[in-house]
Amino acid sequence: MTPSRAAFAAILGKDLRAELRTLQSLPAMALFAITTFVIFRFGLDRTHLSGSLAAGVLWATLLFAAVLGINRLFVAEREEGGFDAIRLAPIDRSVLFTAKVAALLIYLLALEAIAVPVFALFFLDSEAALGPLLAVLVLADFGLAATGTLISSMAVNSRARDLLVPLVLLPLVVPLTIAATGATEPLLALGGPGYHRFGTWLMVLGLYDLIFGLVGYAVFDFLLED
Amino acid sequence: MYGKGLRPLSIATVAMLAVSLSLVFFYAPLDGDQGFIQKIFYIHVPLATVALFGFIVGGLFAIAHLRTGNSKWDAYSYVSIHISVIFGVAVLITGAIWAKASWGHWWVWNEPTLVSFLIVFLLYCTYYPFRYAIEDRDQQARYASVFAVTAGAFVPLNFLAVRLAQSLVHPRVFATSNGGLPGSMMLTFLCCFAAVALLWMTLVKFELSAKSASGQVKRLRRALDAPAPGAGSRIAPEVS
Repeated sequence: MTPSRAAFAAILGKDLRAELRTLQSLPAMALFAITTFVIFRFGLDRTHLSGSLAAGVLWATLLFAAVLGINRLFVAEREEGGFDAIRLAPIDRSVLFTAKVAALLIYLLALEAIAVPVFALFFLDSEAALGPLLAVLVLADFGLAATGTLISSMAVNSRARDLLVPLVLLPLVVPLTIAATGATEPLLALGGPGYHRFGTWLMVLGLYDLIFGLVGYAVFDFLLED
Repeated sequence: MYGKGLRPLSIATVAMLAVSLSLVFFYAPLDGDQGFIQKIFYIHVPLATVALFGFIVGGLFAIAHLRTGNSKWDAYSYVSIHISVIFGVAVLITGAIWAKASWGHWWVWNEPTLVSFLIVFLLYCTYYPFRYAIEDRDQQARYASVFAVTAGAFVPLNFLAVRLAQSLVHPRVFATSNGGLPGSMMLTFLCCFAAVALLWMTLVKFELSAKSASGQVKRLRRALDAPAPGAGSRIAPEVS
């Protein structure tokens, strides 16, 4: 294994082990998502959702639940001196970015493994859409992980930590939300999943992932300088 | 030192604005469909285009700052974004007036350009609380540059996503290619565009020289051991 790969595996392993032992983020995110579904149930006064309403409820909930996890992504690094350790270590600093993106991606997929079945159970008539929805979820998660990691690493070193992530991240993920809801809406339509412009939206999601993956990778070095 | 050339630039801007406005009101023909209100187009569209260019230019200055580490570029980036945000307020106001006059509502969600602009504007509004939240000057400048680069990449992507989100093609009031404009309107529009671009450059230069002057005053006061009157801005970069 090259040093970068070893460092990547070490950081990712550390994050996942810490999360498994302390269970700081994931249960909170899942609980928040389920509570938000209940709030939408009464806020919209609907027991069944379909089409654009279903897509909107699903993505708004996932996005806000993700913000909880993104807020906490670098807290351990800051409080326990992990940033200094990375600066001292003879490794490429971008490795921290890729490892954190991977960790956040795994958190988001775990969150969705809980929240999406619960959403289907609460609101949907059939589970036929869940298969193709997986492609949308994975592509959107990657973009969210890239922007989330970038914003989180900046927010954690500022005075207004918990304020900055939702403030800056939410406008930044508007295009992602447009594409994700655009692809999800026909999937959850009444009378079985449809694929109207499904490919176009997946391409927009892919483009978003590519651009912000590259931008994040390119600029992350500068955030660690001191 | 930033003040050099400010006076000729200001005079050129005022002259160009005067020429453009007289063209708008006395030369350009009335629009057959919309009548007089269409003239807001000559201000609204150049403002929006210049503001978007300003955001991207701010991102390019931020790249220069990250590459060289010279805090001068951070000041350029900050001032570019600052003036563009002010232009953005004017864009949203003139856009709302135009929408009310031609579609009957102050805000329309199915005009993709207006909605894209609102999203970009909202993102750049968070630039100020973002800077404010970071205390260390060097760190603030670096983080702000990272923000400006990321947001600069966001601008075209956002326009693509919002444009695709329109389920049906909205009738454009003016053809997207400028071939749809008659020659006299085109000439007026280009003059207005040049005038607004000059205005943007003048304001950027003006703010930079004001910051540099107040920075010099502060240094002189420090040299004389005189207390500075009031605290300076915490978010604006200091210009030497």
